Amino acid sequence: MNTVSLYAGSGIILFSLGLHALLIRRHLLRKILAANIMGSGVFMVFIAMGARGESGVADPVPQAMVLTGIVVSLCFTAVAIVLAVRINKLTGCTTLAVDEESSID
Amino acid sequence: MEPALIFDLVLLLILIGLAWLLLASTDLFRAVVLFIAFGLLLALAWVRLGAPDVALAEAAIGAGITGALLLVGLGRLGSTERCRFSRAPLTFLQRLSAPVLVGVMIPSISLILLLEVHQLAGTTPGRQGLINAFLDVSGSGHGVTAVLLNFRAWDTLLEKGVLLLALITIWSLDQARPLFHQEDISPQLMGLARLLLPLVIVVAGFVLWQGDQAPGGAFQSGALLSAGILLAILVGYSLPQRWQGLSLRLLLAIGFGVFLLIAAATLLYSGYPLQYPEHLAGSLILLIELVATASIAALLAAAVVGGHPPDDLSTPAAKAPSTSGRR
Repeated sequence: MNTVSLYAGSGIILFSLGLHALLIRRHLLRKILAANIMGSGVFMVFIAMGARGESGVADPVPQAMVLTGIVVSLCFTAVAIVLAVRINKLTGCTTLAVDEESSID
Repeated sequence: MEPALIFDLVLLLILIGLAWLLLASTDLFRAVVLFIAFGLLLALAWVRLGAPDVALAEAAIGAGITGALLLVGLGRLGSTERCRFSRAPLTFLQRLSAPVLVGVMIPSISLILLLEVHQLAGTTPGRQGLINAFLDVSGSGHGVTAVLLNFRAWDTLLEKGVLLLALITIWSLDQARPLFHQEDISPQLMGLARLLLPLVIVVAGFVLWQGDQAPGGAFQSGALLSAGILLAILVGYSLPQRWQGLSLRLLLAIGFGVFLLIAAATLLYSGYPLQYPEHLAGSLILLIELVATASIAALLAAAVVGGHPPDDLSTPAAKAPSTSGRR
């Protein structure tokens, strides 16, 4: 049990927590939070993999990719929130509308 | 057990606990505040993993700007689940599907991947050595900056494009509305802003400049500057009407535009996009970082405000009345 596997395992747990919440929560803002937690889990696995060298300094390539990833997940959050506000404005809902015809979902 | 490992264990347990709490919380405001705390602790985890660049970005962008975005969104959406559509109750199998997927499939797939990577760890040392060997010709003294703006500059170019595209999407969906009422501004906040704003600008400049040698760079600096812009907006400053047209759009697009022009110029010069001539690499990276910082700051602040600037003067309610030139 070393540092790398500890962090990588926690990243997986964070991703799973986020995915679970994304599936079962209905409020759109909650879904956005859940997707952000999923992203953090992926970043954690990635950085932990980059930190497996003996030098104690993480590999710059995963670091740079995670930096890009953080900005992209910010873009996702911004657009998703504006879309959620728009959905709320058009339908009065803060959850995704369910089609009443299809009883499957 | 080493003390450092105990620290890691405690930190990770707190992180997982916070994630669980914020996702299960019934009060969405509490969830957002917990999310900001989660982001700050995550920055600590990045430091522990030897990634201070990511830690800076996480604290500034992941916790700060995302937190501001979520709070603004929460203010517009409200915390309750409102819906006029009725929902049929789920069957037992449907209820079971989410826990099975998340509890069994994701961990087992991840475990297999991790074991594979673990076997790989013995054979390949990662890219650290390769990057150090070529650092001299990259035009930057810091590995992460060299990767971001030279070795893998394509990623950064496209990411700037994504940021611009996100703002175009936001602007096409909505018109900007004021974040607060003008009379709500407290004099204390006003005084604090006067003290903090010059400091934010100086620190942002420092973070940008030291990105050449140490952790820091355009993203972190841009996020700091955008926090300054948001603070200025919160105490009632706003962009004068005459600058909300073409000049604002130019500022938003210049980071991506200059980067793209440099990509085109290097394509003509050396046959490959973003393969800088060796003696110019340092100056080109500095130029890209400077314009990128200005653009990122404006883009992030505009994303938090949300929506395009009001089109005409006939809707004065859409913008705060006092217009001072601070931006």
